[in-house]
Amino acid sequence: MYPLRYVLLTFKILLFLFWGIFFFPIFFTYFYVNLLKKFQKFEESMNLGVGSVVKTMSGASCSVSWKSGGSDKVSDQFPAGLRVLVVDDDPTCLMILEKMLRNCHYEVTKSNRAEHALSMLRENRNGFDIVISDVHMPDMDGFKLLEHVGLEMDLPVIMMSADDSKDVVMKGVTHGACDYLIKPVRIEALKNIWQHVIRKKKHELKDKDFDQSTSVEDGDQQQKPPEDVDYSSSANEGNWKSSKRRKEEEDETEERDDLSTSKKPRVVWSVELHQQFVQAVNQLGIDKAVPKKILELMNVPGLTRENVASHLQKYRLYLRRLSGVSQHQNGLNNSFMGHPEAAYGTMTSFNGLELQALAATGQLPAQSLATLQAAALGRSATKSAISMPLVDQRNLFSFENPKLRFSEGQQQLNNSNKQINLLHGIPTTMEPKQLADLHQSSQSFVAMNMQGNARMQQNNALLMHMSQQQQQSSRAQMLNETNNGQVSRPPLSMSQPAAVLSRNSIVDNVRGPIYNPVSQTSSMVDFSLNQTTELQNNSFPLVSSNSGMSTLTSKRLLQEEVNSDIKGSRGFPPGYDIFEELHQQKTPDWGLPNIGSNFGASDHSSIPGTLDVSPSMLVQQGISSMKKNGLNGNSPMGGPQLNLFSGGNLLPVKAEQLPDTSYQNTFFPEQFGQDDLMSALLKQQESVGQVETEFGFDGYSPLDNLPV
Amino acid sequence: MEVGQLQRSFVEYMASLFREGFLDAQFSQLQQLQDDSNPDFVVEVVSLFFEDSERLLNDLTMALDQPNVDFKQVDAHVHQLKGSSSSVGAQRVKNCCVPFRNCCEEQNTETCLRCLQQIKQEYLLVKNKLQTLFELEQQIVAAGGAIPMVQ
Repeated sequence: MYPLRYVLLTFKILLFLFWGIFFFPIFFTYFYVNLLKKFQKFEESMNLGVGSVVKTMSGASCSVSWKSGGSDKVSDQFPAGLRVLVVDDDPTCLMILEKMLRNCHYEVTKSNRAEHALSMLRENRNGFDIVISDVHMPDMDGFKLLEHVGLEMDLPVIMMSADDSKDVVMKGVTHGACDYLIKPVRIEALKNIWQHVIRKKKHELKDKDFDQSTSVEDGDQQQKPPEDVDYSSSANEGNWKSSKRRKEEEDETEERDDLSTSKKPRVVWSVELHQQFVQAVNQLGIDKAVPKKILELMNVPGLTRENVASHLQKYRLYLRRLSGVSQHQNGLNNSFMGHPEAAYGTMTSFNGLELQALAATGQLPAQSLATLQAAALGRSATKSAISMPLVDQRNLFSFENPKLRFSEGQQQLNNSNKQINLLHGIPTTMEPKQLADLHQSSQSFVAMNMQGNARMQQNNALLMHMSQQQQQSSRAQMLNETNNGQVSRPPLSMSQPAAVLSRNSIVDNVRGPIYNPVSQTSSMVDFSLNQTTELQNNSFPLVSSNSGMSTLTSKRLLQEEVNSDIKGSRGFPPGYDIFEELHQQKTPDWGLPNIGSNFGASDHSSIPGTLDVSPSMLVQQGISSMKKNGLNGNSPMGGPQLNLFSGGNLLPVKAEQLPDTSYQNTFFPEQFGQDDLMSALLKQQESVGQVETEFGFDGYSPLDNLPV
Repeated sequence: MEVGQLQRSFVEYMASLFREGFLDAQFSQLQQLQDDSNPDFVVEVVSLFFEDSERLLNDLTMALDQPNVDFKQVDAHVHQLKGSSSSVGAQRVKNCCVPFRNCCEEQNTETCLRCLQQIKQEYLLVKNKLQTLFELEQQIVAAGGAIPMVQ
């Protein structure tokens, strides 16, 4: 008789084998199928020939058809039934296109007026899959329509024109058109437009994955798509497949509502949390930052290692994107955008409410905040929420920071509040009454800025956070610029951040909103290009009025600003130039009027009460200054500079020399959604923080001049 | 006339239009688009083209008649004319648009007027030819024949 333990051992082995033999193939098939499902989602499920299992699963899991209704049946006949909206003022072309598209078995809606098309799209957001638009139209420029569609509905847009000159085509590309057709359009060209729908949906899914909070991802890991095998989830833990599964799940199931019903409580990466995260990462060094250590450093109850891990993943993507942006001079295309957007997914959860909450956590008394404002800006007290264009708000925000900074110097602000409410400049859903909160937060924010690197770090974190939220690359661009804008002494070291931001935005998609990095130096951000006066008055109020800002305006402004800045800045990708041109025409009046006084806050002392620098000017200066000073800790200003910089005023301020902070004015093109703004702000903050880190931390140099 | 004869003339006429450059491959595309669900597709599109072009040519004439010619506007019109003519396959009209745009860039009213003249001529020519073609088609159909596919 064998000893008992041998018996037990054998039993265990047998059980394990049994388990493995029985379930391993199932798991394998499951993953395989999931993978395939991803690709099959939009394809005819029956024809992929993966196998009956796959077919079944894909058929079941193909809940995401490219029809918004999500019916499975469409996938069989895809791309038939693709809902196309054609916009062209030429009736001949319109008719021909309609007929061609009908022949491709698409569902065609035609319109000869861009405004009408836009209203149709707005009324029925999910009613179309793709838009084809002419470039030259009398009532609205095709590129403008392209921007609108991209920002509001995020549909793929194909531009077409009889004009085949390279600069027009480039314009289409930089504005985010997924294709450009030369008239006369042949039916063969139209037959393949469905690829853009698929591509876009794929990117959207990825973005959505990142958008949702990390908990969702974690939850996804725990769960599986309804049609998947049950045991996969339990077996996935620690399984080599788990990461793959996670990805698959994320990709696949993001669109499915059942995933959102994760049992795990959602971890919302608030600004504070993100700042803590970034701080921890900076402390550890980006290379050595492992989730476990980060978790320990953060010391946040209830946060799991998985949460941190997924967040770290996004953060890394964001950083990579930042550096990637600098390398992609010409690579401004949609696909490029996909990545950064994904990285910012988590940010989306950040919204005005959170901001408000954050603001509420600010420990600075509203009064001191007001004082700060007054001191810094030399303006009247806060205004109640001003519905300024988003850009303005953003500018305010960035502007606020420097102002805060200064006021801190003047007053003794509590710096204990480490939570940089970077977001408080973020014009997500700022209500007038949030102003006070914002003020508090901004105060604390400013205080933080004043404090130096730590603050910067936070700003960076915030920026990063924001950037994460940023859905669109344009935001990222701005952030990048802001980040780049580092602390260099030059008055408008905004250029870098602006460059960053613009770069991001360009990279991502011209439409991304660009926010003023709410970094600590965000006082600079107060450049509302259009409303500098307002900005000057209250960085805070302006910030709160962010909600009122039309993203479009701000975005446009930023983009324009950024573009112009980028041009001057070192090695920015050529695309920026185009971008600038493109945007310039869009935002002709964004001549950043006096940027908040805090703009030139290179030194505390030197910061004049009111900077009469137009945001654009500031930004430009900032960029140029940034260029000179580089991101490395050359800034004599140190903290303040950084702060200013992180303020993320990407405003291409030209004339006046902003004291040193590179404000990142977020003059991003209007379509800056609130979420986008938040993310942009966060990103900016992050970028700023990154800048800070360069000075004080090792780890990342994401804010290296992102010159491309 | 006999159907077969009509059809032969039709085919020949169509071939000559292509040969002489009045029509190009785009026109063939339009013809291929025509099917049972849209039996008059080509005629409709071409009629639309005629209307649109005449309007554009009028606008061009007026614009160039101004004491201060707005060349941007002229250029926009020409651009549109280029687009629509290329979409229907009116090759010679489209080819006239290219030098016209250059003249606009040079802001030379004189040359622009000359270009306009030329475009008008080409347009009238192609309009004539297409109308003849359609009449032939109608005759064939009236005689009970089927319209032969060319190319």
